[in-house]
Amino acid sequence: MSYRNDPYDPKQAVLLSPESLEGAVVDAEKAFASAADLDALGALKPAHLGDRSPVSLARREIGSLPPAAKSDAGKRVNVARQAVQAAFDARAAELEADQAARVLVEERVDVTLPWTRRPRGARHPLTTLMEHMGDVFIGMGYDIVDGPQLELEWANFDALNIGPDNPVRGSADTFFVDLPGLVMRTHTSPGQVRTMLDRQPPIYVVSPGRAYRTDELDATHSPVFHQIEGLVIDEGITMAHLRGTLDHFAKAMFGPDAKTRWRPHYFPFTEPSAEFDVWFAQHRDGPRWVEWGGCGMVNPRVLTACGIDPARYSGFAFGMGVERTLMFRNGVSDMRDMVEGDVRFTTNFGMES
Amino acid sequence: MKTSLSWLREYVELPAGITASELDTALTNLGMEVEGIVDQAATVTGDLVVGRVLTIEELTGFKKPIRFTTVDVGRDAPQEIVCGARNFAEGDLVVVILPGGELPGGFKIGARKTYGRNSNGMICSSAELGLSGDHSGIIVLPASLAEKPGADARPVVGLDEVLIEVEITPDRGYEMSVRGIARELATHFGVAFTDPAAVSASGASSEAPHPVAIDDTVGCDRFAARVVRGIDPDAPSPEWMQRRLVAAGIRTISLPVDITNYLMIELGQPMHVFDLNRLKGGLVVRRAHPGEKLTTLDGVARVLDAEDMVICDETGPISLAAVMGGETSEWQQGTVDVLLEAAHWDPIMVGRTARRHKLFSEAAKRWERGVDPQLPLVALQRAVEILTEHAGGTVDERILDIDHVVPPAPVPLPVGLPSQIVGLDFSAAKITDLLTRVGCAVSGTDPLHVVPPTWRPDLLAPIDLVEEVARLGGYNDIPSVLPPAGSSNGLTPAQRQRRSIGRALAENGYVEVLSYPFVAPSTADALGLAVDDPRRSAVRLTNPLSEEEPLLRTSLLAPLLGILKRNLGRGRRDVALFETGTVFLPHLAASAPPALGVDRRPTAEEWAAANTIVPAQPWHLAVVLTGDLDPAGWWGEGRAAGWADAIEAARVAVAAAGLLASRISVRAAEQAPWHPGRCAAILVDGIVIGYAGELHPSVVAAFELPKRTSAAEINLDALPAAPVIDAPRISTFPAALIDVALVLDRAVPAGDVRSALAEGAGELLESVALFDVYESEQLGSGKRSLAYKLTFRAPDRTLTSEETIAARDAAVAVTASRFGAVLRGA
Repeated sequence: MSYRNDPYDPKQAVLLSPESLEGAVVDAEKAFASAADLDALGALKPAHLGDRSPVSLARREIGSLPPAAKSDAGKRVNVARQAVQAAFDARAAELEADQAARVLVEERVDVTLPWTRRPRGARHPLTTLMEHMGDVFIGMGYDIVDGPQLELEWANFDALNIGPDNPVRGSADTFFVDLPGLVMRTHTSPGQVRTMLDRQPPIYVVSPGRAYRTDELDATHSPVFHQIEGLVIDEGITMAHLRGTLDHFAKAMFGPDAKTRWRPHYFPFTEPSAEFDVWFAQHRDGPRWVEWGGCGMVNPRVLTACGIDPARYSGFAFGMGVERTLMFRNGVSDMRDMVEGDVRFTTNFGMES
Repeated sequence: MKTSLSWLREYVELPAGITASELDTALTNLGMEVEGIVDQAATVTGDLVVGRVLTIEELTGFKKPIRFTTVDVGRDAPQEIVCGARNFAEGDLVVVILPGGELPGGFKIGARKTYGRNSNGMICSSAELGLSGDHSGIIVLPASLAEKPGADARPVVGLDEVLIEVEITPDRGYEMSVRGIARELATHFGVAFTDPAAVSASGASSEAPHPVAIDDTVGCDRFAARVVRGIDPDAPSPEWMQRRLVAAGIRTISLPVDITNYLMIELGQPMHVFDLNRLKGGLVVRRAHPGEKLTTLDGVARVLDAEDMVICDETGPISLAAVMGGETSEWQQGTVDVLLEAAHWDPIMVGRTARRHKLFSEAAKRWERGVDPQLPLVALQRAVEILTEHAGGTVDERILDIDHVVPPAPVPLPVGLPSQIVGLDFSAAKITDLLTRVGCAVSGTDPLHVVPPTWRPDLLAPIDLVEEVARLGGYNDIPSVLPPAGSSNGLTPAQRQRRSIGRALAENGYVEVLSYPFVAPSTADALGLAVDDPRRSAVRLTNPLSEEEPLLRTSLLAPLLGILKRNLGRGRRDVALFETGTVFLPHLAASAPPALGVDRRPTAEEWAAANTIVPAQPWHLAVVLTGDLDPAGWWGEGRAAGWADAIEAARVAVAAAGLLASRISVRAAEQAPWHPGRCAAILVDGIVIGYAGELHPSVVAAFELPKRTSAAEINLDALPAAPVIDAPRISTFPAALIDVALVLDRAVPAGDVRSALAEGAGELLESVALFDVYESEQLGSGKRSLAYKLTFRAPDRTLTSEETIAARDAAVAVTASRFGAVLRGA
């Protein structure tokens, strides 16, 4: 131990020589470099930076120097001490980084392990397809309307210019019930009748939903099926607007190449009427025209029955089968797959279709 | 409607080289649905040639007689052919297909050895060529044939025909004829049309060839007849007629009957042949008397309706007018004197009669769609001509024609209307041209005065004429223009809720199904519904597809359980399903709705009255689940689905509907089809919206489901709309957490304890969470411990421990006073 008032001891002062200090720094650097980990490095710290380390002992010798030499020696000791400290810090940082890297390696897991603790369910593709279609029309300014599936015969037939003698009103096509004046709706059009009775033009609505016809279930028929139908009533509506709407809808559903082609047809509720095909470029068997639905200008008789003045307003209506759309769009080959509720079918589609 | 290209060509000058695809496009763009266009020449490939049989050698020793022939097919050497038929002799002309050819059905012809001889080709029967069902022997061609051996046999046997089958829409009866289709094609291609009805026919004579009286001129507004006596009863129909009838899909019967069928296809006028000598006295055309009987040609004894029209003689009805003749008066083998009838019947009457008797004859199909009332005399004239040409006989010069036909009413067409509806400019000249082409007489300026042709009863209103203009102008020339945009309100609150609920349940492991709403009457018992359960009151289909499932569902559960079972049957063990759909709840006092017209909008009162009978059809949500909801895996054990999952599914749905958890409550309930001790009523704002839990063991047994199958069903229409939700104030001061374990009677519902704690803890309580449910002997029988973590926090300060403990004590005090709860370890 030495003290401030220790007499000058030239033997001790030798520690302050530049050579000694340099040696101490070199020794420390070597020792730190050899430390394999942070623990080893910590164990080396007292010997090179502790009270008994060469640089600490050298600092103590400064007091014994003549005043003239003190300043110079002090600077040299400080430089040496800082060098040792820097070497320690650098090595410590190095080892910490090594260790952190090692921990990351050690903590590696197999990220391909499954984690289906609660397997996701799925939505029915007919539901998601109808939502997708509905959203396109919402974006075009339409509302989505619903109506009862067990419906007034008047709304399902008469108001749509399907007269009492039309064969579709027979029990070979339509489900009747034990309540007079009611049928299972054979299309979603009665929802449009209800809309015309509820609202004044302009009317822009689509009605997606269930409809019923007395077809036995087979690969291409189902007694319960889904449609989406649209109705627009406004001033100055023309067949050109109908075509523009169907073309836009086709592109929204099937991409920019899609377009429609019309064939004259007959529907009691529209005149002129057409069936239309869509150009479906993504068809799995190559691009082609696919039958899609029916459309036409709302028959003035329908407007009259619903209290809309055909002299002032005109309108168009269109409809397509959702099952049919899913069949060609998604390659469903059998109607029964959409009906039976086998979870393998539905789960395949996940949350969208 | 079936016909052939050559038949059409007789009346329309179609381009010579028209292809099947061009024809298809033309017919399609005219509004006919093309069912098929078959070029028969292409159905037999390779060499199909005329051959002359040179030698016949009878082969014996086989199971059936076989002939070895040599046939001259116009080549250097005769062709050796083995043949099983025997209806030909040496020197006969036959039809031979040579090796390399192919018959319909992909039957390839090669040179082969059979019955010990070489056979290089085949002598064909009519059936083998796809011409008819006649297998009785090979075709023996007439000896007078102009074609020499080696010539193409296709034209000789009629294998050069293009068969056309189109579906006609119900408004266009005139297209149910060669006349109508030819006229349409002429319009489309802009080529000449010859009207097969442009035949000069004399009008009624002062005296009738046979007495006829019309009692009901609404049902029958025209009745014409002619008589031919002394025809050769054995005269066959000419080959060209038979061939065309086969092309039209009509069986040949006899010359007189074939003529009427031929003219029906060609002109569109159905006719009838009576055996004059089998008629007893004069004919009367009238409505049937209810209950009157008539045996129609198909051998069915029919009981007639007062709306049916009949043709009667003194014995009573002899023909179901316009639909089918009767057995007693019809032409029969040996008939020599015939009365040919061509009338015009009310389409509505015919449609009803056809449906009533399920007799959709070719005639009925035409009457129902509308037949040109100006055809009867033309058709009779042609029938008489063809008949006498081929069967001789003497034509009675007297002609009967009782005519009450009202001519078509003129339709005023504003010149601007077609452009206004179609969105494409049509000049008055263009409109006039297009309408004239389909047979209208157009005069005047604006509005145009349009008189439709007699064969177009569908053209009644200006819009009907607009359709013709649009159709003939070409639908695909109409431009594509988006209309002015509407102003959408977006999805309705209920639509948003249904979507969110569907997504939430799918994300929670449930698979959506869309089941049929048809259920069996026994379902109510299987679900264990009480006798007075309103769900037993169901609407019944009067014409169900399955007599076993005639009812409309009043609950989603039964169909959903059926689908659950189907999945289990297909080897699935863990199944969780959901459905959102409507149920059908009839009003008990339903009566017939008021009659609503179509000439005006129903009044508000009429519409409201009509809607009172429409059954309520609320949207429901149901879930069913069995097996593990959380499967076993490398992470450990799985977890079986149960009552709690079903209740949680209901909570998930309500939360997804945008309603805060604080508005949902759950309480024990007893409701079929659930287990009485494991059933929860789900409440929103204190109102029951549905039930959830484990199914009753007897229901599980009745549906043959795995034990513990669980389910929930809630009425989505009972959900309030999602409100605008107030933002919370987030305190940045620290929370104080305290656990309390309460010892209570086991019967005290945890939900009530939680409410009591929240009520007692006051405003400082941030959350309360049940983290342990514990029973033991030390607690005593019938007791259990519920341990809750209470989190307290103040909005404006750090809570002191005194404040926290005071709040906790207040919370516990309420449970103590309300349920006798004791703080455990206190």
